[in-house]
Amino acid sequence: MSRFIFTWGILILIWIGFTGTLNSMELLMGTAISFVIAIYAHRTFTHKGLGFFSPKSVAYIVKYLLVFLVELVKSNIDVALRVLNPKMPINPEIVEFKTSLTSEMGRLILANTITLTPGTLTVDVIDDTYYIHWLNSETTNPEKAAQAIAGKFEPILKEIFE
Amino acid sequence: MIYIVLALLAVSILLVVIRFVKGPTPSDRVVALDTLTIISTAGLVFLSLFFDRSIYLDVSLIYGVLSFIGVLTIARYLEGGL
Amino acid sequence: MIYLSIIGHLMIALGSVFLFLGALGLFRLPDVYSRMQAGTKATTLGALSLIIGVGLIQPEFFSKTLIIAIFIAISNPISSHALARGSHKAGIKPFSKTGFDAYAKMKETLEEEL
Repeated sequence: MSRFIFTWGILILIWIGFTGTLNSMELLMGTAISFVIAIYAHRTFTHKGLGFFSPKSVAYIVKYLLVFLVELVKSNIDVALRVLNPKMPINPEIVEFKTSLTSEMGRLILANTITLTPGTLTVDVIDDTYYIHWLNSETTNPEKAAQAIAGKFEPILKEIFE
Repeated sequence: MIYIVLALLAVSILLVVIRFVKGPTPSDRVVALDTLTIISTAGLVFLSLFFDRSIYLDVSLIYGVLSFIGVLTIARYLEGGL
Repeated sequence: MIYLSIIGHLMIALGSVFLFLGALGLFRLPDVYSRMQAGTKATTLGALSLIIGVGLIQPEFFSKTLIIAIFIAISNPISSHALARGSHKAGIKPFSKTGFDAYAKMKETLEEEL
Protein backbone atom coordinates (compact mmCIF):
# COMPACT_ATOMS: atom_id res chain seq x y z
CA MET A 1 0.00 0.00 0.00
CA SER A 2 2.73 2.46 0.91
CA ARG A 3 4.53 1.58 -2.33
CA PHE A 4 1.32 2.34 -4.27
CA ILE A 5 0.85 5.76 -2.65
CA PHE A 6 4.51 6.61 -3.28
CA THR A 7 4.23 5.76 -7.00
CA TRP A 8 0.94 7.63 -7.34
CA GLY A 9 2.36 10.77 -5.72
CA ILE A 10 5.48 10.79 -7.89
CA LEU A 11 3.38 10.35 -11.06
CA ILE A 12 1.06 13.23 -10.09
CA LEU A 13 4.12 15.45 -9.49
CA ILE A 14 5.46 14.57 -12.97
CA TRP A 15 2.01 15.37 -14.47
CA ILE A 16 1.98 18.79 -12.80
CA GLY A 17 5.49 19.40 -14.15
CA PHE A 18 4.40 18.52 -17.69
CA THR A 19 1.20 20.55 -17.83
CA GLY A 20 2.61 23.43 -15.79
CA THR A 21 -0.83 24.50 -14.41
CA LEU A 22 -2.86 23.88 -11.25
CA ASN A 23 -6.17 24.00 -13.18
CA SER A 24 -8.69 21.70 -11.42
CA MET A 25 -9.73 19.76 -14.55
CA GLU A 26 -6.09 19.10 -15.49
CA LEU A 27 -5.38 17.95 -11.93
CA LEU A 28 -8.40 15.61 -11.90
CA MET A 29 -7.37 14.04 -15.21
CA GLY A 30 -3.77 13.64 -14.00
CA THR A 31 -4.86 12.05 -10.75
CA ALA A 32 -7.03 9.52 -12.61
CA ILE A 33 -4.33 8.61 -15.16
CA SER A 34 -1.65 8.36 -12.46
CA PHE A 35 -3.95 6.05 -10.47
CA VAL A 36 -4.32 3.64 -13.40
CA ILE A 37 -0.56 3.63 -14.15
CA ALA A 38 0.32 3.20 -10.47
CA ILE A 39 -1.85 0.06 -10.24
CA TYR A 40 0.40 -1.61 -12.80
CA ALA A 41 3.75 0.03 -12.02
CA HIS A 42 4.00 0.15 -8.22
CA ARG A 43 5.56 -3.32 -7.86
CA THR A 44 8.54 -2.57 -10.07
CA PHE A 45 8.80 1.16 -9.38
CA THR A 46 9.95 1.06 -5.76
CA HIS A 47 10.81 -1.39 -3.01
CA LYS A 48 10.74 0.90 0.02
CA GLY A 49 7.64 3.01 -0.71
CA LEU A 50 7.02 5.83 1.75
CA GLY A 51 9.99 4.70 3.84
CA PHE A 52 11.94 6.78 1.37
CA PHE A 53 10.72 9.97 3.05
CA SER A 54 11.81 9.17 6.60
CA PRO A 55 13.92 12.09 7.96
CA LYS A 56 17.08 9.98 8.09
CA SER A 57 16.66 8.83 4.49
CA VAL A 58 15.96 12.37 3.24
CA ALA A 59 19.06 13.68 5.06
CA TYR A 60 21.22 11.05 3.35
CA ILE A 61 19.66 11.80 -0.06
CA VAL A 62 20.52 15.49 0.32
CA LYS A 63 24.06 14.59 1.43
CA TYR A 64 24.37 12.24 -1.56
CA LEU A 65 23.22 14.91 -4.02
CA LEU A 66 25.74 17.41 -2.60
CA VAL A 67 28.66 14.95 -2.79
CA PHE A 68 27.51 13.97 -6.29
CA LEU A 69 27.34 17.56 -7.58
CA VAL A 70 30.83 18.36 -6.27
CA GLU A 71 32.24 15.20 -7.90
CA LEU A 72 30.40 15.92 -11.19
CA VAL A 73 31.97 19.38 -11.48
CA LYS A 74 35.40 18.07 -10.44
CA SER A 75 35.24 15.26 -13.01
CA ASN A 76 34.30 17.63 -15.79
CA ILE A 77 37.17 20.00 -15.05
CA ASP A 78 39.52 16.99 -14.90
CA VAL A 79 38.38 15.59 -18.27
CA ALA A 80 38.39 19.07 -19.84
CA LEU A 81 41.99 19.70 -18.74
CA ARG A 82 43.07 16.36 -20.20
CA VAL A 83 41.34 17.11 -23.50
CA LEU A 84 42.79 20.63 -23.77
CA ASN A 85 46.35 19.49 -22.95
CA PRO A 86 48.18 18.98 -26.27
CA LYS A 87 50.06 15.94 -24.93
CA MET A 88 46.86 14.27 -23.64
CA PRO A 89 48.11 12.58 -20.44
CA ILE A 90 45.81 9.53 -20.35
CA ASN A 91 46.49 5.97 -19.19
CA PRO A 92 43.30 3.97 -19.81
CA GLU A 93 42.69 0.59 -18.21
CA ILE A 94 39.62 -1.59 -17.54
CA VAL A 95 39.59 -2.59 -13.86
CA GLU A 96 37.18 -4.66 -11.78
CA PHE A 97 35.93 -4.41 -8.20
CA LYS A 98 33.22 -5.90 -6.01
CA THR A 99 30.50 -3.91 -4.26
CA SER A 100 28.87 -4.62 -0.91
CA LEU A 101 25.48 -3.16 -1.95
CA THR A 102 22.69 -5.74 -2.17
CA SER A 103 19.63 -3.87 -3.54
CA GLU A 104 19.31 -3.60 -7.33
CA MET A 105 18.29 0.05 -7.25
CA GLY A 106 21.37 0.90 -5.19
CA ARG A 107 23.61 -0.88 -7.68
CA LEU A 108 22.00 0.94 -10.61
CA ILE A 109 22.46 4.34 -8.96
CA LEU A 110 26.08 3.46 -8.09
CA ALA A 111 26.77 2.47 -11.72
CA ASN A 112 25.28 5.74 -13.00
CA THR A 113 27.22 7.75 -10.43
CA ILE A 114 30.49 6.06 -11.44
CA THR A 115 29.80 6.89 -15.08
CA LEU A 116 29.36 10.56 -14.23
CA THR A 117 32.39 10.96 -11.92
CA PRO A 118 36.16 11.49 -12.42
CA GLY A 119 37.40 9.69 -15.53
CA THR A 120 35.50 6.44 -14.97
CA LEU A 121 32.88 4.67 -17.11
CA THR A 122 30.91 1.55 -16.17
CA VAL A 123 31.34 -1.09 -18.91
CA ASP A 124 29.40 -3.93 -17.30
CA VAL A 125 27.89 -5.09 -14.00
CA ILE A 126 27.63 -8.84 -13.37
CA ASP A 127 26.04 -9.66 -10.00
CA ASP A 128 28.25 -7.72 -7.57
CA THR A 129 31.26 -7.16 -9.85
CA TYR A 130 31.71 -3.85 -11.64
CA TYR A 131 33.94 -3.52 -14.74
CA ILE A 132 35.16 0.06 -15.03
CA HIS A 133 36.97 1.83 -17.86
CA TRP A 134 39.35 4.22 -16.08
CA LEU A 135 40.77 7.10 -18.14
CA ASN A 136 43.79 7.68 -15.90
CA SER A 137 44.23 4.44 -14.00
CA GLU A 138 46.15 4.42 -10.72
CA THR A 139 45.85 0.78 -9.70
CA THR A 140 44.54 -2.58 -10.94
CA ASN A 141 44.12 -4.05 -7.45
CA PRO A 142 40.33 -4.61 -6.92
CA GLU A 143 40.21 -3.39 -3.29
CA LYS A 144 42.21 -0.23 -3.94
CA ALA A 145 40.17 0.47 -7.09
CA ALA A 146 36.92 0.11 -5.10
CA GLN A 147 38.21 2.61 -2.53
CA ALA A 148 39.32 5.09 -5.20
CA ILE A 149 36.22 4.85 -7.43
CA ALA A 150 33.26 4.12 -5.17
CA GLY A 151 34.61 4.87 -1.66
CA LYS A 152 32.71 8.16 -1.33
CA PHE A 153 29.30 6.94 -2.51
CA GLU A 154 28.91 3.38 -1.31
CA PRO A 155 28.32 4.12 2.42
CA ILE A 156 25.71 6.82 1.65
CA LEU A 157 23.83 4.61 -0.83
CA LYS A 158 23.85 1.83 1.75
CA GLU A 159 22.04 4.09 4.23
CA ILE A 160 19.46 5.16 1.61
CA PHE A 161 18.55 1.80 0.06
CA GLU A 162 19.14 -0.76 2.83
CA MET B 1 25.53 36.50 -25.46
CA ILE B 2 23.00 34.72 -27.67
CA TYR B 3 25.33 34.72 -30.66
CA ILE B 4 28.30 33.45 -28.63
CA VAL B 5 26.24 30.51 -27.30
CA LEU B 6 24.86 29.71 -30.76
CA ALA B 7 28.38 29.87 -32.25
CA LEU B 8 29.76 27.51 -29.59
CA LEU B 9 26.89 25.07 -30.22
CA ALA B 10 27.48 25.29 -33.99
CA VAL B 11 31.22 24.57 -33.63
CA SER B 12 30.51 21.60 -31.33
CA ILE B 13 27.96 20.20 -33.80
CA LEU B 14 30.58 20.56 -36.56
CA LEU B 15 33.22 18.68 -34.52
CA VAL B 16 30.75 15.89 -33.69
CA VAL B 17 29.67 15.59 -37.35
CA ILE B 18 33.34 15.28 -38.40
CA ARG B 19 33.71 12.42 -35.89
CA PHE B 20 30.44 10.93 -37.20
CA VAL B 21 31.78 10.89 -40.78
CA LYS B 22 35.33 9.80 -39.88
CA GLY B 23 34.61 7.36 -37.00
CA PRO B 24 36.53 4.18 -37.82
CA THR B 25 34.04 1.82 -36.10
CA PRO B 26 30.22 1.74 -35.90
CA SER B 27 30.37 2.46 -32.14
CA ASP B 28 32.21 5.72 -32.78
CA ARG B 29 29.39 6.81 -35.04
CA VAL B 30 26.73 5.88 -32.47
CA VAL B 31 28.56 7.78 -29.71
CA ALA B 32 28.77 10.78 -32.03
CA LEU B 33 25.04 10.50 -32.78
CA ASP B 34 24.23 10.32 -29.06
CA THR B 35 26.32 13.41 -28.34
CA LEU B 36 24.71 15.18 -31.30
CA THR B 37 21.24 14.57 -29.84
CA ILE B 38 22.21 15.94 -26.44
CA ILE B 39 23.67 19.07 -28.02
CA SER B 40 20.56 19.60 -30.14
CA THR B 41 18.26 18.97 -27.14
CA ALA B 42 20.10 21.68 -25.23
CA GLY B 43 20.02 23.87 -28.34
CA LEU B 44 16.22 23.49 -28.64
CA VAL B 45 15.77 24.45 -24.99
CA PHE B 46 17.94 27.50 -25.58
CA LEU B 47 15.91 28.45 -28.68
CA SER B 48 12.69 28.17 -26.65
CA LEU B 49 14.07 30.98 -24.47
CA PHE B 50 15.24 32.95 -27.51
CA PHE B 51 11.87 32.80 -29.32
CA ASP B 52 9.82 32.67 -26.09
CA ARG B 53 7.82 29.61 -27.23
CA SER B 54 7.29 26.81 -24.70
CA ILE B 55 6.36 24.30 -27.45
CA TYR B 56 10.10 23.83 -28.17
CA LEU B 57 10.49 22.33 -24.68
CA ASP B 58 8.02 19.54 -25.53
CA VAL B 59 9.82 18.93 -28.80
CA SER B 60 13.20 18.62 -27.05
CA LEU B 61 11.78 16.27 -24.39
CA ILE B 62 10.29 13.92 -27.00
CA TYR B 63 13.49 14.13 -29.04
CA GLY B 64 15.50 13.13 -25.96
CA VAL B 65 13.22 10.16 -25.17
CA LEU B 66 13.25 8.86 -28.75
CA SER B 67 17.02 9.17 -29.13
CA PHE B 68 17.52 7.34 -25.81
CA ILE B 69 15.42 4.42 -27.09
CA GLY B 70 17.24 4.50 -30.44
CA VAL B 71 20.69 4.38 -28.86
CA LEU B 72 19.64 1.50 -26.57
CA THR B 73 18.37 -0.42 -29.60
CA ILE B 74 21.61 0.10 -31.53
CA ALA B 75 23.66 -0.92 -28.47
CA ARG B 76 21.59 -4.09 -28.19
CA TYR B 77 22.20 -4.75 -31.89
CA LEU B 78 25.98 -4.32 -31.50
CA GLU B 79 25.87 -6.78 -28.62
CA GLY B 80 24.28 -9.36 -30.90
CA GLY B 81 20.99 -9.74 -29.02
CA LEU B 82 18.62 -8.43 -31.67
CA MET C 1 14.50 38.27 -9.54
CA ILE C 2 17.38 40.02 -11.31
CA TYR C 3 19.84 37.80 -9.41
CA LEU C 4 18.11 34.66 -10.71
CA SER C 5 18.41 36.00 -14.24
CA ILE C 6 22.14 36.74 -13.79
CA ILE C 7 22.76 33.23 -12.40
CA GLY C 8 20.77 31.83 -15.33
CA HIS C 9 22.91 33.64 -17.88
CA LEU C 10 26.10 32.46 -16.17
CA MET C 11 24.82 28.87 -16.18
CA ILE C 12 23.95 29.07 -19.90
CA ALA C 13 27.45 30.36 -20.71
CA LEU C 14 29.10 27.65 -18.58
CA GLY C 15 26.87 24.97 -20.12
CA SER C 16 27.70 25.92 -23.70
CA VAL C 17 31.43 25.94 -22.88
CA PHE C 18 31.15 22.42 -21.41
CA LEU C 19 29.15 21.20 -24.42
CA PHE C 20 31.94 22.53 -26.63
CA LEU C 21 34.63 20.82 -24.51
CA GLY C 22 32.70 17.54 -24.73
CA ALA C 23 32.57 17.78 -28.52
CA LEU C 24 36.28 18.62 -28.63
CA GLY C 25 37.04 15.57 -26.48
CA LEU C 26 34.94 13.39 -28.76
CA PHE C 27 36.97 14.73 -31.67
CA ARG C 28 40.46 14.38 -30.15
CA LEU C 29 40.54 11.27 -27.95
CA PRO C 30 42.02 8.07 -29.41
CA ASP C 31 39.46 5.24 -28.90
CA VAL C 32 35.74 4.54 -28.42
CA TYR C 33 35.84 4.13 -24.65
CA SER C 34 37.81 7.32 -24.01
CA ARG C 35 35.53 9.17 -26.41
CA MET C 36 32.53 7.98 -24.43
CA GLN C 37 34.08 9.49 -21.31
CA ALA C 38 34.10 12.93 -22.92
CA GLY C 39 30.82 12.33 -24.73
CA THR C 40 28.90 11.52 -21.54
CA LYS C 41 30.41 13.57 -18.72
CA ALA C 42 31.07 16.94 -20.31
CA THR C 43 27.89 16.98 -22.36
CA THR C 44 25.72 15.86 -19.42
CA LEU C 45 26.96 18.69 -17.19
CA GLY C 46 26.79 21.12 -20.11
CA ALA C 47 23.22 20.24 -21.05
CA LEU C 48 22.07 20.18 -17.38
CA SER C 49 23.53 23.59 -16.66
CA LEU C 50 22.19 25.15 -19.88
CA ILE C 51 18.68 23.75 -19.38
CA ILE C 52 18.44 24.77 -15.70
CA GLY C 53 19.81 28.19 -16.68
CA VAL C 54 16.93 28.66 -19.15
CA GLY C 55 14.50 27.64 -16.40
CA LEU C 56 15.95 30.25 -14.04
CA ILE C 57 15.67 33.08 -16.59
CA GLN C 58 12.08 32.18 -17.60
CA PRO C 59 10.27 30.94 -14.43
CA GLU C 60 7.22 29.74 -16.46
CA PHE C 61 9.45 27.10 -18.08
CA PHE C 62 11.05 25.98 -14.82
CA SER C 63 8.93 22.86 -14.12
CA LYS C 64 9.33 21.53 -17.65
CA THR C 65 13.07 22.27 -17.83
CA LEU C 66 13.51 20.50 -14.49
CA ILE C 67 11.84 17.36 -15.93
CA ILE C 68 14.05 17.48 -19.04
CA ALA C 69 17.15 17.92 -16.85
CA ILE C 70 16.25 14.96 -14.59
CA PHE C 71 15.53 12.81 -17.63
CA ILE C 72 18.91 13.65 -19.22
CA ALA C 73 20.76 13.04 -15.94
CA ILE C 74 19.20 9.56 -15.68
CA SER C 75 19.18 8.46 -19.33
CA ASN C 76 22.60 9.66 -20.47
CA PRO C 77 24.80 7.42 -18.28
CA ILE C 78 22.52 4.44 -19.01
CA SER C 79 22.84 4.83 -22.79
CA SER C 80 26.61 5.30 -22.61
CA HIS C 81 26.93 2.20 -20.40
CA ALA C 82 24.85 0.16 -22.86
CA LEU C 83 27.02 1.40 -25.73
CA ALA C 84 30.26 0.58 -23.89
CA ARG C 85 29.08 -2.95 -23.18
CA GLY C 86 27.76 -3.37 -26.72
CA SER C 87 31.00 -2.26 -28.34
CA HIS C 88 33.09 -4.47 -26.06
CA LYS C 89 30.91 -7.45 -26.94
CA ALA C 90 31.08 -6.55 -30.64
CA GLY C 91 34.84 -7.05 -30.36
CA ILE C 92 36.04 -3.46 -30.62
CA LYS C 93 39.39 -3.37 -28.84
CA PRO C 94 40.52 -0.49 -26.61
CA PHE C 95 43.46 1.29 -28.29
CA SER C 96 46.95 -0.17 -28.09
CA LYS C 97 48.26 1.79 -25.09
CA THR C 98 45.50 0.50 -22.79
CA GLY C 99 47.35 -1.27 -19.98
CA PHE C 100 45.05 -3.87 -18.47
CA ASP C 101 41.63 -5.22 -19.49
CA ALA C 102 39.90 -7.11 -16.67
CA TYR C 103 36.67 -7.45 -18.69
CA ALA C 104 38.33 -9.27 -21.62
CA LYS C 105 40.15 -11.53 -19.13
CA MET C 106 36.86 -12.42 -17.41
CA LYS C 107 35.26 -13.27 -20.78
CA GLU C 108 38.20 -15.55 -21.67
CA THR C 109 37.90 -17.50 -18.42
CA LEU C 110 34.14 -17.84 -18.97
CA GLU C 111 34.72 -19.27 -22.46
CA GLU C 112 37.32 -21.75 -21.14
CA GLU C 113 34.84 -23.05 -18.58
CA LEU C 114 32.16 -23.69 -21.19
